[in-house]
Amino acid sequence: MSDTALDRVARATPPRVARRIRGFSDRAIAWIFVAPTIVLLLAINIFPLIWTIYLSFTNYRANRPNAVVEWVGFRNYQRILGDPEIWQTMQATAHFLFWTLFFQVLFGFALAWLINAKFRGSNLWTTIIVLPMMLSPAVVGNFWTFLYQPQIGIFNYAVAFVTGADPSSFSMIGDVRLAPWSIVIVDTWMWTPFVMLICLAGLRSIPESIYEAAECDRASKWRQFWTITVPMVLPFLMLAVLFRGIENFKMFDLVVQLTGGGPGSTTELTSINLKREAFEKWRTGYASAYAVILFVTVFGLASIYVKALNTVKNR
Amino acid sequence: MKTNARLLAATALVGLSTLATTGANAANLTLCWAAWDPANALIELSRDFEAQSGHSMSFEFVPWPNFADRMLNELNSRGQLCDLMIGDSQWIGLAAESGHYIQLNDFFDAEGISMDAFIPATVEGYSEWPKGTPNYWALPAFADVVGWTYRRDWFENPEIQAAFREAYGRDLDVPATQAELKDIAEFFQGREIDGRTVYGAAIYTERGSEGITMGVTNALYNFGFRYGSPDNPYDLEGYVNSPGAVEGLEFYKALYDCCTPPGSSDWYMSETIDAFRSGQVALQMNFAFIWPGVDQDPNVGGDRSGYFANPPGPDGHFAQLGGQGISVVSYSQNQDAALEYIKWFAQSEVQQRWWELGGFSAMNDVVLAPGFADSQPYAQTFLDSMEIVLDFWAEPTYAELLLAMQNRIHRYVVAGEGTAQEALDALVRDWTEIFEDDGKL
Amino acid sequence: MSSYSITEPSMRLKWIAGVLVVLYALITLVPLLWIIATGFKSSSDAIAYPPKVVFEPTLEGYVNLFTRQTRASAEQLSENPPTTWYEQIVHDNGMVISGPSRFGERFMNSVIIGFGSTFLSVFLGTLAAYAFSRYRIPLKDDLMFFILSTRMMPPIAVAIPIFLMFRAAGLSDTHAGMILLYTAVNLSLAVWLLKGFIDEIPREYEEAALIDGYTRFQAFVKVVLPQAATGIASTAIFCLIFAWNEYAFAVLLTSGTAQTAPPFIPTIIGVGGRDWPAVAAGATLFLVPVMVFTILLRKHLLRGITFGAVRK
Repeated sequence: MSDTALDRVARATPPRVARRIRGFSDRAIAWIFVAPTIVLLLAINIFPLIWTIYLSFTNYRANRPNAVVEWVGFRNYQRILGDPEIWQTMQATAHFLFWTLFFQVLFGFALAWLINAKFRGSNLWTTIIVLPMMLSPAVVGNFWTFLYQPQIGIFNYAVAFVTGADPSSFSMIGDVRLAPWSIVIVDTWMWTPFVMLICLAGLRSIPESIYEAAECDRASKWRQFWTITVPMVLPFLMLAVLFRGIENFKMFDLVVQLTGGGPGSTTELTSINLKREAFEKWRTGYASAYAVILFVTVFGLASIYVKALNTVKNR
Repeated sequence: MKTNARLLAATALVGLSTLATTGANAANLTLCWAAWDPANALIELSRDFEAQSGHSMSFEFVPWPNFADRMLNELNSRGQLCDLMIGDSQWIGLAAESGHYIQLNDFFDAEGISMDAFIPATVEGYSEWPKGTPNYWALPAFADVVGWTYRRDWFENPEIQAAFREAYGRDLDVPATQAELKDIAEFFQGREIDGRTVYGAAIYTERGSEGITMGVTNALYNFGFRYGSPDNPYDLEGYVNSPGAVEGLEFYKALYDCCTPPGSSDWYMSETIDAFRSGQVALQMNFAFIWPGVDQDPNVGGDRSGYFANPPGPDGHFAQLGGQGISVVSYSQNQDAALEYIKWFAQSEVQQRWWELGGFSAMNDVVLAPGFADSQPYAQTFLDSMEIVLDFWAEPTYAELLLAMQNRIHRYVVAGEGTAQEALDALVRDWTEIFEDDGKL
Repeated sequence: MSSYSITEPSMRLKWIAGVLVVLYALITLVPLLWIIATGFKSSSDAIAYPPKVVFEPTLEGYVNLFTRQTRASAEQLSENPPTTWYEQIVHDNGMVISGPSRFGERFMNSVIIGFGSTFLSVFLGTLAAYAFSRYRIPLKDDLMFFILSTRMMPPIAVAIPIFLMFRAAGLSDTHAGMILLYTAVNLSLAVWLLKGFIDEIPREYEEAALIDGYTRFQAFVKVVLPQAATGIASTAIFCLIFAWNEYAFAVLLTSGTAQTAPPFIPTIIGVGGRDWPAVAAGATLFLVPVMVFTILLRKHLLRGITFGAVRK
């Protein structure tokens, strides 16, 4: 074996230390490997979370450092759950979440399946398709307001070119009915490649031997697709949905730049609403309670989902 | 006697500050403001200060949509990033009550800086808290007001003039009332000019920060909307939702529905100017700060554009105030140097140069000087507009008040939910709740 | 793979697949090309009504992106004739260059923070993923879920305590603070993805190495790491994409020193309105490093994805 970094390290370190590095017990290695991750996550994720939970029971306002902080019990929670406008933002979020996941899974899986046909140049085109997801969502959202402008943007002209409608006859961001779709379109444009990549990983993980066996059994291609391809890719697809679902539940940057929550509150997703409460109205306590409710919601949904994922994986 | 004492104190202070600057402690001052056109001009202006004082200047400019969040975050956490803050006029109540800014009265007295030297509306709008009392927290730095820009070349086109006369029975001219303004916008909406379809007016409709509020108030004020009873500013019922206010809100929605470019549902300062510069609209609502840029524009600049103040309505003649004052942040380590900057900035020569660089000075010496009105094509309109300004709440809870208004107005005007009466009634409820929470009611 | 396989798709299917994928790619490219093209337009062409597809290219957007300018009077302009091509461009708009803009700094901040946090999260993530994959760790599934759950918190929700914490620790508006923050956010993705890749490496390889007298640690470095390289590379791409483009924390937690490019780019303003060509130029330049990184690691990305194929 050639000279490796570890050998060099081992030679350079005093024998006792070297022995110790080499001779760690499995258990010690396991903890040494996991500990930094856990510590970092505790410090930067869990500690703030606990702080947030504490604040959610107070009337603390970060913009009034001189005011007395009072313990208000569950009042913040009661106010939030009784506020019809918050339910409206939840609905907007659900709409966004459902349709972005729907289209991204549909297009992502279809593209992955097509690319897996390994036509000439498929690698090059894969790289091209992946480009939109490398852009910054804030910059993209900002730029799409420009593309969506009926007079000076190209989106309406492109639609007009295909359908023959007048480009100035509709406004993606301004119309109450179209605005929820304007954000779905941009998110789908950006993140379909992500789902595609993970599906592709799934497709390529299927051993050829399974198909060969199916061919021998004279199973039709259609049947092979539903009994081999889909079930084998499903765990990957579900993982992609999990990541996209979590990301889109938290969606902020893209939409805030694109519609600012408008028109009215049509596209005011929970994160945007939360940001208004926390950093514009500065109702820190109230916003913390809001954050906790959101967290519990995602956490609950995600744990059910992960259970389902594990069942699928272990099948 | 008094003057003498003040003079002495002033001399002493000047002497001290001279000592300070000639001493080893040349400070590095950070000035925080919004990232926009005038900010670049301020960098230029400040070079003279750096040369004179020996201090060096750094600048932190945050774009408008994040400006309030970022800067208030900074102040709330007692950050020392900013020594000088050109904060928005509405923050003054919060900043004064929370102790973010230092009070400048003693300093003004000692330096002989008089608030009488500035346009009265800017002193009240940018410097005072509580309003109407001589407690100063800022020096008026940048005067700004909503006004209108119009396509003079279209207005002066004989064919268009003839068509307008035929349709409305009067000459096409700068509108004298809100109703005339709407007529003109309606007239241009959908008209073919130079082979393109053009539209009436670009107005503020932005949802995310403060856009639609800064726009709709220009109609509301002039139809009879008032922030509260003259006796008790927190008594809103019948003022915020008065019949006149309802009419004003309906007017703004009608203007939005009939006479704006398609897709102008989330427009603020930069979108309206884009629409105007690209030749889409005949009229543009915007803050005065854009006028120097319009005047220089290769497509619509020079003689092709004109300016007019927000026209009166049936019950008043007002325009929405913009602009900011400059304050010293109380968490700053360089307060003396920061005060030195304000003292330098308050000189009339500096203010004159400020105006020349494109900054709208609020100093009487500059704006009332003979020849000012002719110095730029928009100078007279600026003066007229500053006469009629009215501002949004400057209460410590201004952000909540603003968000409620953004929500209610945008829902009615752009999303078309409910009626104007319902929107303003809801606004009264929202605002009352905020004042109750704040202990003002 | 054999030269002929019965599972190999037919030529016809390949053709159809190729056409559909290329069609999708072309549609998806339009907005991107529009951004790139806008970067080469003059500011009036950028907002032309109707939009211009054919235009005279100019570097105005790029010049505006990198410089700060002030308006100058006609006399000032004639007194200071331009000496370079970029001064000429600015001069033609009635402006003079007054100094460099802050785009360069912001871009460097993005490089430091983006690559720094990517390295750290992949490094820590690999270690943790290996441990989770190979050892019996008590409450393993719960811990894995805990790691994932840290990604569920909306950034806005934790921003206030993090802001206060960072200020107390002196990490506010510092590169180190942002690197730590992005690392923490990315770790969950890194651990989950890498665990998947490491799970696929047959244990037999390490066991063989152990029998050859290697310690666990050596086996990890010499056997597992090279096998996982492709997985590590594709994880790094995902981490970099996130850290490079993050906006919510950056806009709330950074300002003068450590601000990255995403909060900066959408706010580039020119005369009066937003300077779309400069915004587009910034967006284009900002895309380049991630694109180069991805293309360099493209083989790894694609092979990383096919990695699972060797299993069992």
